[in-house]
Amino acid sequence: MATSSESLPQDPASSRGQTRKGLTLSSFNWLGVLPFFLFALMFLILPTLTLMVGAFQDANGHFTLANIGKLFDSNILSAYQISIEVSAASALGGSVIGMLLALAAIQGGLPQWIRPTLMTFSGVASNFAGVPLSFAFLSTLGRMGLVTVLLRTYADIDLYGTGFTILSFLGLTLTYLYFQIPLMVLIVTPAIDGLRAEWREACESLGGSGFHYWWHIALPILWPSILGSALLLFANAFGAVATAYALTGSSLNIVPILLYAQIRGDVLHDQNLGYALALGMVVITGLSNAGYIWLRSRAERGRE
Amino acid sequence: MAFLTIANLHKRFDDHVVVHDFNMSIEQGEFITFLGPSGCGKTTVLRMIAGFETPTSGAITVGKDDITHLSPQKRGIGMVFQSYALFPNMNVTDNIAFGLKMRKLSSADISRKVAEVIKLVELKGKENHYPHELSGGQRQRVALARALVVEPRILLLDEPLSALDARIRKNLREQIRDIQRRLGLTTIFVTHDQEEALTMSDRIFVMNQGRVEQEGRAEMVYTQPATEFVARFMGNYNLLGAADAHKLLGLDIQGHMAIRPESIHVLDASANQEGALDATIRQHQLLGSIIRYQVESQGITLQVDRLNRTASDLMPAGTAVKLQISRDDMREVR
Amino acid sequence: MKTSRIGAWVAIAIGTLYFLLPLIATFEFSLKMNRDGYSFEAYKVVLSDPGFQATFGYSTLMALLTIIVGILLVVPTAYWIQLKLPRLRPVVEFITLMPLVIPAIVIVFGYLKLYNSSSWLPLTGNDRATDFLLMCSYVTLALPYLYRSIDTGLRAIDVRTLTEAAESLGASWPNILFKVIFPNVKSAILSGAFLTFAVVIGEFTMASLLGRPAFGPYLQLIGANRAYEPSALAIIAFLVTWASMGLIQVFARNARGTRKSA
Repeated sequence: MATSSESLPQDPASSRGQTRKGLTLSSFNWLGVLPFFLFALMFLILPTLTLMVGAFQDANGHFTLANIGKLFDSNILSAYQISIEVSAASALGGSVIGMLLALAAIQGGLPQWIRPTLMTFSGVASNFAGVPLSFAFLSTLGRMGLVTVLLRTYADIDLYGTGFTILSFLGLTLTYLYFQIPLMVLIVTPAIDGLRAEWREACESLGGSGFHYWWHIALPILWPSILGSALLLFANAFGAVATAYALTGSSLNIVPILLYAQIRGDVLHDQNLGYALALGMVVITGLSNAGYIWLRSRAERGRE
Repeated sequence: MAFLTIANLHKRFDDHVVVHDFNMSIEQGEFITFLGPSGCGKTTVLRMIAGFETPTSGAITVGKDDITHLSPQKRGIGMVFQSYALFPNMNVTDNIAFGLKMRKLSSADISRKVAEVIKLVELKGKENHYPHELSGGQRQRVALARALVVEPRILLLDEPLSALDARIRKNLREQIRDIQRRLGLTTIFVTHDQEEALTMSDRIFVMNQGRVEQEGRAEMVYTQPATEFVARFMGNYNLLGAADAHKLLGLDIQGHMAIRPESIHVLDASANQEGALDATIRQHQLLGSIIRYQVESQGITLQVDRLNRTASDLMPAGTAVKLQISRDDMREVR
Repeated sequence: MKTSRIGAWVAIAIGTLYFLLPLIATFEFSLKMNRDGYSFEAYKVVLSDPGFQATFGYSTLMALLTIIVGILLVVPTAYWIQLKLPRLRPVVEFITLMPLVIPAIVIVFGYLKLYNSSSWLPLTGNDRATDFLLMCSYVTLALPYLYRSIDTGLRAIDVRTLTEAAESLGASWPNILFKVIFPNVKSAILSGAFLTFAVVIGEFTMASLLGRPAFGPYLQLIGANRAYEPSALAIIAFLVTWASMGLIQVFARNARGTRKSA
């Protein structure tokens, strides 16, 4: 909420602080943040950098592009492809459904208690990822899952006869949606709150209908937030290991599981190819997060 | 026949009565102000005229049309909001053109009308700026232009100046009044600032707790307050309760006696004027062109304004004086 | 207006169904361990499993250590940034967001390369050192949540003015920190702490690849080998997450209440 104004030069607090004690203390001021930067360097930046470097080295430490080249092996390419597809599908579904849910709770004219309930629940569900989530979906949509059984018994629909399995693309996407939708609700709520009642009223008094309001005003204003949030959701799904691994074991060929197996020494036995796999992941999540940050700053610029 | 008539308007939110029996009729081209403290119901009345709130009971008529339950889109009433409510995703031109587009005017007509109104509110050169690139005063002029360009039957202004700083506020209020006169536009202006109300309005409705306390021409409301509330809200009236009025002035009244500080004359202690009161200066405040004295007489403190002519005129605390108050300047209020 | 309200109810109803069904199904499944009817047998088995007790205890301890170290790292940094080095804010913000960009599996892979037993700093050499590394990895994972909530809390109280007021009233630095700043951001710190707890308690990737006996890998192991216990564990994990989030709400509400009455 306050993030929009902090970087502006006219913020009196920040400019004052820089000039006032600037000379006397500045030489020691950085000591206060030294622990943080040391920590970040040791446990975040260096570990990542060393992988990035390793991706361009052979087993003897010489520069090579061979590892990157091996990423284009059909097996690895298809892993990236499935990963991207699952992430994109869960990000798209998550952002559309999450958006609609948030809109319904905030602007749908529903009773007051709906909104805080949805928010609390979203906080829980967006963190309910990983191994327990895969258990929950196995109990629901697995071969012996409640929904599977109910459908077979009462609706005479053989879910698994249609080719569905929880270990498939669709099953994984449905599972990911369980934390993607609530995450979307949490990220997009501030943007929806930012829609002012007066905009709708101004639109109405100028002769615009509800459709005009959504098409010409609300959606264009929300658009960067929606797209940006979808990119964040994409990165969120792309890096997820635990849910997929616990759900499918190694049977689904997606990048995080490939990498997990590689680190455990189950398959590839090629350290440097592992580094290249990691580099590929960082590049993809990094790009989508960069998109998120760019779009968020655009969304905030328009707000006063 | 009146242009806009409001009859027996009531508005209740749950158990809370916000507007109680509001009646009003105004002529075409009048500039009306609803004046009152926050929460007095003035904005609610305005929003019912605009169609954003539905009255609990009562009727709103424009010309011969009953608009009480008409949707805001069909009322032809323009609104300017305190927070501007400019669409942040559109530049100045698109914001102003929005209402014309809703009316499906040809693009040639739209650009002509937009250009005209941009000239009217003196925003030439800002056509392609976005709201966040404009100052507060400029934003409010865009909002004004956006409301004006569709040629509304009535223009509603909901505290349009209160988010602006003092200098811009003065400037813009003259500009608004000027445009309103030129277009002959029926206008209702809501404010809590009595100076704004006095300088801009033809007529003022002073409101308090959902009711109209007093209505009348600007100068009447100021010089002849009808109630204690209006006297307190409009100026710095001295208000004497019945007991004090009897003690000081020897008058028997029911409610309060209101006396404006500038109508009390200060005389030398030696002056031999019939009916003058013995009094002592207690302290003073410099208010620029006037000096406001706290003067005590028989244990009652009165505020007295004098013009600040020269520094040597200033009377120090403890000075004995006489006060003369003409009966014509006293006003009995409920 | 009427139609949009019906649409809103439909959306909420479908959402509720989607989110409650797996929970109901899991709960129902967890009760079916006994052939002759519903029972809490699976919970009994799980809760009395020494493996459960050991790993849950280990992860709880890890979570607490993570919270303490994380707070000690983030609060002074966020405070100092606001007070003295506002120019560094974008840099620090960027770093704290990096764990959202770099997948956990990549980070831990980096640890294994950088701190393996034959490296300059063999943090994976013995169990205690690896515990330390795991805790650091959790602090890293928690950085985005901790920094965000603490920074927001600090910004809401205008740290600079408060500090200057305390300085001009003669307060010493420890007094400023512990009597002025800390009590005012307590609820922000606590929400960050509970969020961290929820993230860490069932974490799988880091613990599994560093080979530590944490709750996450235990869950996965049970899931691969048992039928009913996983459902019971999932319900327990859900309740733990719910408790953490519920406590955040409680503290957030309390903070709002005191601020209003003050």
